[in-house]
Amino acid sequence: MATDPDNLESLVNRRYEHGFVTDIETESLPPGLDENVVRAISARKKEPTFMLEWRLQAYRQWLEMKEPEWAHVHYPKIDYDAISYFAAPKSDDDRPKSLDEVDPKLLETYDKLGIPLHERARLAGVAVDAVFDSVSVATTFKEKLSDVGVIFCSFSEAVQEHPDLVQQYLGTVVPRRDNFFAALNAAVFSDGSFVYIPKGVRCPMELSTYFRINAANTGQFERTLIIADEGSHVSYLEGCTAPMRDENQLHAAVVELVALKDAEIKYSTVQNWYPGDENGVGGIYNFVTKRGDCRGANSKISWTQVETGSAITWKYPSCLLRGENSVGEFYSVAVANNMQQADTGTKMIHIGRNTRSTIVSKGISAGRAENAYRGLVKVLPQAHGARNHTQCDSLLIGKQCGAHTFPYMEIKNPTARIEHEATTSKISADQLFYCRQRGMSEEDAVNMIVNGFCKEVFKELPMEFAVEAQALLNVSLEGAVG
Amino acid sequence: MLEIQNLKTRIGDSEILRGLSLSVNAGEVHAIMGPNGSGKSTLAQVVAGHADYEVTAGTVTYNGKNLLELEPEERAREGIFLGFQYPVEIPGVNNAYLLKAAVNAKRKHQGLGEVDAFEFLKLAREKMTTLGMDPKFLNRGVNEGFSGGEKKRNEILQMAMLEPSLAILDETDSGLDIDALKAVAEGVNALRSPDRAIILVTHYQRLLDYIEPDQVHVLSEGRIVRSGDKSLALELEERGYDWLREAASA
Repeated sequence: MATDPDNLESLVNRRYEHGFVTDIETESLPPGLDENVVRAISARKKEPTFMLEWRLQAYRQWLEMKEPEWAHVHYPKIDYDAISYFAAPKSDDDRPKSLDEVDPKLLETYDKLGIPLHERARLAGVAVDAVFDSVSVATTFKEKLSDVGVIFCSFSEAVQEHPDLVQQYLGTVVPRRDNFFAALNAAVFSDGSFVYIPKGVRCPMELSTYFRINAANTGQFERTLIIADEGSHVSYLEGCTAPMRDENQLHAAVVELVALKDAEIKYSTVQNWYPGDENGVGGIYNFVTKRGDCRGANSKISWTQVETGSAITWKYPSCLLRGENSVGEFYSVAVANNMQQADTGTKMIHIGRNTRSTIVSKGISAGRAENAYRGLVKVLPQAHGARNHTQCDSLLIGKQCGAHTFPYMEIKNPTARIEHEATTSKISADQLFYCRQRGMSEEDAVNMIVNGFCKEVFKELPMEFAVEAQALLNVSLEGAVG
Repeated sequence: MLEIQNLKTRIGDSEILRGLSLSVNAGEVHAIMGPNGSGKSTLAQVVAGHADYEVTAGTVTYNGKNLLELEPEERAREGIFLGFQYPVEIPGVNNAYLLKAAVNAKRKHQGLGEVDAFEFLKLAREKMTTLGMDPKFLNRGVNEGFSGGEKKRNEILQMAMLEPSLAILDETDSGLDIDALKAVAEGVNALRSPDRAIILVTHYQRLLDYIEPDQVHVLSEGRIVRSGDKSLALELEERGYDWLREAASA
């Protein structure tokens, strides 16, 4: 069979590779949400009073809020009383003291995911904090990091061991009532990662967290807080997967980054949640609030994301550029295949003088998917000399998918320089024939063209993850051209 | 090497090739000439396996194999190379990357190991020097922002790297200035060998001043209406195509 341009959209689907379920006894709270559930979560985690109070206030605020409807996505109404807000592997009571004590089945799960938790982690020089359903299972490399004063642990542990830092920074970037999902997260979040890099320290290795949703009918509400103190530097990567289930699962995470004077945070995400099947049954609703605060002068926060999964992605990693000369960057590849819907982008809020931001967004749509870029560039009156460059490119594979761009600009300072470029292109039958005439298979040709399209973003990823991202992208689009 | 018998093809509702027969042996260079719309490019595309053209009758065998059963990439790996009339741009994809992928696809098919980056670059640089190409070409996007002449040279570079058994060059001479034309011709001549065949699809006799064909065929309304040696091209130059068309319909 040769390339038929009318066949470009005949979509076959490769099964989701990470769609296995781990048979582990979990202990969950019954579905439903009220103040008692919030209290139960907090009590289980033996939290200090300030945390419980913070959660309860968030819960009360959430009750008064409405689910947002402005995104370019469609889904049936979520019944928040049908979700279980806490699921932990049962062996949690005697938590593992080291990797050897971790339930071997869990390790097997991570193995299947290809997570380098054991030796491979050491070889790769990656410290991994793995969050399974809602509980952080194991954090590697803790000792080596603590030698230089870096704190890298689960959020629960941070609440116990470093309550002052948590209290000082929690909710200062994403306030409790920032939005509906952020408020929900603040009330019921069960775990996540915590990072603190002390003054002047360059974190000696990439830090990494893997999230996985395993239990059925549970929501995952993790919370990540990263603080880079003055003159410090950290690169952090998160990866996500979930098993295949027919029901939709909710993932409402919050990530807060704080960069003080001269500090730099590089945050990379490879998100591969289960996207649902080709008819749009099942899959993760990924409603996430990620925001970084360039609080000090000359600080820099860089978001790089590769989004291949989820039924619905609703996510805008943003930067508040408060410090003078601070820099915000957003590099994104978002792939939507079959019935996936993605509404993603960024917000760059220029507050300080001479602040700069760069946005590079690459959207790939295939099948009947809808892919939207939504970005806000806001320059406040006092932000003299602010600069932004935005580049938004869309690539369409087939005829039934859509790409949308919603750029918003609010410029209140006349010295600002704002540039916006946008392109839309298609993989053409001519390009495929050309590559095949040179001996490449159609699949390899598509991969090559797509990777060429995403190159600018991939080069921002740490080396080993760039390879992973590229492989993931190829898997996600496998069979996208028939 | 290539044996075409009574080939008929259509695209949509219109029949383009109407019973074309052609036989090309190893070591030969054939020129296919003819007026616009006579089916020259169609012939090139059909041999390469373009899906838009439906073969309704006839056979095409290549080294004894039924070519029409093979996918375009299989034909390429078997040694068929098409130099495109309008090479397509592939933004963001490195020229060297495509070239290396192409070379390795063929080597893999032949049961050879892949060339490593070092070997590949060495070979590519050599070929580029011969073709008078700037090595920077390798790092640009495939045909991205290339001038017409650059695109054609790039096709010849790909051909030189792939060392095909059967090369079909579809109007590789069109739109070239005299220097580019000479460079392209040198590239083609360098490839001439007893175990290789070359088909030149061209409008003009000009290219044949630099590449001497063994046979010249004139295509008109989907059929070869006359074949001859090099002198036929010169005659066409002088008399145009009309007399042949009249002769064919008479």
